[in-house]
Amino acid sequence: MLYFSKLRIIFITLISLLFILFAISNLFNFDNKILNKKINLGLDLQGGSYLLLEIDNDPVIEQKLQNLTVTIRNYFKEKNIRITNFKLLNQTLVFTSDENSKQAILEEFASEESELNPYYQRFKSHQLDIVEDENFFKVSFSKQGIVNLKTSSQDQALEIVRRRIDEIGTNEPNILKRGNDRILVELPGLDDPMRIKSLLGKTANLTFRFVTNNTEGSFGAEKLEFEDGTEEAMVSKRIILSGENLLDAQPRMDTENNETVVTFSLDRVGAKRFGKATSNGVGKRLAIVLDGKVISAPVIRDTIATGSGQISGGFTFQSATDLALLLRSGALPAPLNIIEERTVGPDLGQDSINAGMIALLIGFILVILYIFFKYKIFGIITNIALILNLFILVGILTIFEATLTLPGIAGIILTVGMAVDANVLIFERIKEELKGEKNNLIAFDSGYTKSRTAILDANITTLLAAIILFFMGSGPIKGFSLTLGIGIFTTLFTVYFIARLLTVLYVSKNKEKEGLI
Amino acid sequence: MIAFNKYYNKFNILSVSLVIVSLLLLTFKGLNFGIDFKGGTLIELRSIDTKINVSSLRDNLNQMNLGDVSVKNFGNETDFLIKFENNENKNIIEEIKKNLDKSFGNNFNFRRVENVGPKVSAELLRSGVIAISVALFLMLVYIWIRFEWQFSLGAIVALFHDVIVTLGLFSLLGLEINLSIIAAVLTIVGYSMNDTVVIFDRVRENLRKYSDIKIFELTNISINETLSRTLITSVTTLLALLSIFFFGGEVLKGFSLAMIFGVIFGTYSSIYIANTVLVRLNVSQKTVLREDKN
Repeated sequence: MLYFSKLRIIFITLISLLFILFAISNLFNFDNKILNKKINLGLDLQGGSYLLLEIDNDPVIEQKLQNLTVTIRNYFKEKNIRITNFKLLNQTLVFTSDENSKQAILEEFASEESELNPYYQRFKSHQLDIVEDENFFKVSFSKQGIVNLKTSSQDQALEIVRRRIDEIGTNEPNILKRGNDRILVELPGLDDPMRIKSLLGKTANLTFRFVTNNTEGSFGAEKLEFEDGTEEAMVSKRIILSGENLLDAQPRMDTENNETVVTFSLDRVGAKRFGKATSNGVGKRLAIVLDGKVISAPVIRDTIATGSGQISGGFTFQSATDLALLLRSGALPAPLNIIEERTVGPDLGQDSINAGMIALLIGFILVILYIFFKYKIFGIITNIALILNLFILVGILTIFEATLTLPGIAGIILTVGMAVDANVLIFERIKEELKGEKNNLIAFDSGYTKSRTAILDANITTLLAAIILFFMGSGPIKGFSLTLGIGIFTTLFTVYFIARLLTVLYVSKNKEKEGLI
Repeated sequence: MIAFNKYYNKFNILSVSLVIVSLLLLTFKGLNFGIDFKGGTLIELRSIDTKINVSSLRDNLNQMNLGDVSVKNFGNETDFLIKFENNENKNIIEEIKKNLDKSFGNNFNFRRVENVGPKVSAELLRSGVIAISVALFLMLVYIWIRFEWQFSLGAIVALFHDVIVTLGLFSLLGLEINLSIIAAVLTIVGYSMNDTVVIFDRVRENLRKYSDIKIFELTNISINETLSRTLITSVTTLLALLSIFFFGGEVLKGFSLAMIFGVIFGTYSSIYIANTVLVRLNVSQKTVLREDKN
């Protein structure tokens, strides 16, 4: 245990220097890409907002099933099978058919080549499940069907969320999928997430529909409230134009009425439809509906064939800007709910960094003094290893551009406290060995050998705890387990290579000295 | 040599009572779960105006129908921590901001806002419980592979003792259980194990070395031989933890306190619990020799 080859000494020195270089590189800016790596600060240290959004897929499922009624009816119509009594209950589509066609319907749904009911070869499952219940058929999404639907609405939602956040222009947002119906948004440096929260909270489903004169409850129309809550209007369910046809939307000051408006331009299809609807509907009111609420319902005075127009609705400049942004970035496939929010202001973050650093410094100095007091020369050796341990740990975090959180700093401080354990085990063992063995070299050698299993055991148990934390914990706690876990490896490296090397150098020079430790 | 074994019985009675009291506390008083596990909203405020105090702030917030609101100072006189249970209102933070600005003037800095929905808090609690269970189980497996079953039992009993008593103390003092406490408990599990394993390693070594010393004496010899290491490591770990506790800021207070309790209990239990299990199971030279033959 006491022999080091020259090559190995060089190797150890180089590795240590490399990590120290990376650790120090945090303090400087380099042009070099490799050297310019920095430890990322977690949201709790640099300030920022963490939002966990959950997609409410229920409306999507209902909508898909609603659309399916038409598809199913038309599909079987071609085959001369009449389907009747469509009903949508609890995300299940119920219908009936005449007795003779039942078999044909079931076969169609069960076929792997079915156009109506896609079959996922990979998952050995259809999109839809069909159950025959007395005189009814009940159609609902299969497990795999739901999964596919959720995944696709998550993909779409992620894209829209990204566009909306990019539009606001926060720096380096982090937008990630979680599970199959959640989206995690991390916004560093943002201390007031109010605006983003309200922007993400809107589906932004824009439609242009005629106001009808039909009385309440009539088919094909619904009663909608105005955005400001002052009025209600019967609005046709037939959609003339939706947000999908928008090319652009911008807030603008309308100098004529001295009012803020949102101007929009339509794509070719949209312009054509809009032109047709406005020419047919002169004199009628056109409701502009956003997420089930009427923004305004102006009277059509003239045909609008240019494919552009403007929405007014008592906007402030801020609300017009936000609406334009929402319209530009598109509608979410389903509503999003914020189910977890954690926001830290930048000054609290800075306070945490300061507190963490002071605690690290004080903890470090106390441990170093105590160890020096306990072991003198070997205390110095342990302390050199401890200091290098800290640098190497920071160096590794830098190389991987890991995220440092406040609990992460606690993990580093704890590593400092526990790192000396291995050297203590070794030195205490050597002391015992020296009681029966006069030869320093032999005593040191067997001290190292005999303490090895205890050291390994001790570190493996801590490592197990750190690994579990890493996989089960979230956010800041992950940061703790990361520094604690990496700390175990850097500790073993510094104890067995650096401290041992220094010990060997010292002991071989003082072979004959008594009471060495 | 200190005669630790003279007090085995006394400390065993003490530990059993501590565990029973802790279990009673956990059953009847329960734990003070923070918003991570209970759901709800937390706001950390700093006021510029020193005249604003906890009771004026509480009176003001009570008028807002937030349900059960808790307001207390956080670290110093001008910092406040406000907590209330889940509120359906999505704009609640904005409304509180407006309300406070109206009543106290624009004197507040919202330093931290956390809002955890009921679904997320239930998931966090579940994964926390799973994490601790998995950790205990893995430790059991590890120690079972490394040592004879009597040793594993001793280590696990010590481990449960530490976790239960630490949680009991949290219940008694009404300290908040949040995500960082779970991290602390898991680290305690690792630390307590670490301490026990070092002593057990020595017990096993001594069982092979001395053929005529009974386990009662032998554990005492082993404890004494490893005592200076046990103490030095506890001291350095405690030095690190104390500096987190005193200088690491309010956020880490609960975490470092749990760890401090855990290290103290862990050190105590590896001496007085783990070893007495070996004594009570009548571990002898045969126990390790049989293993060696295999």
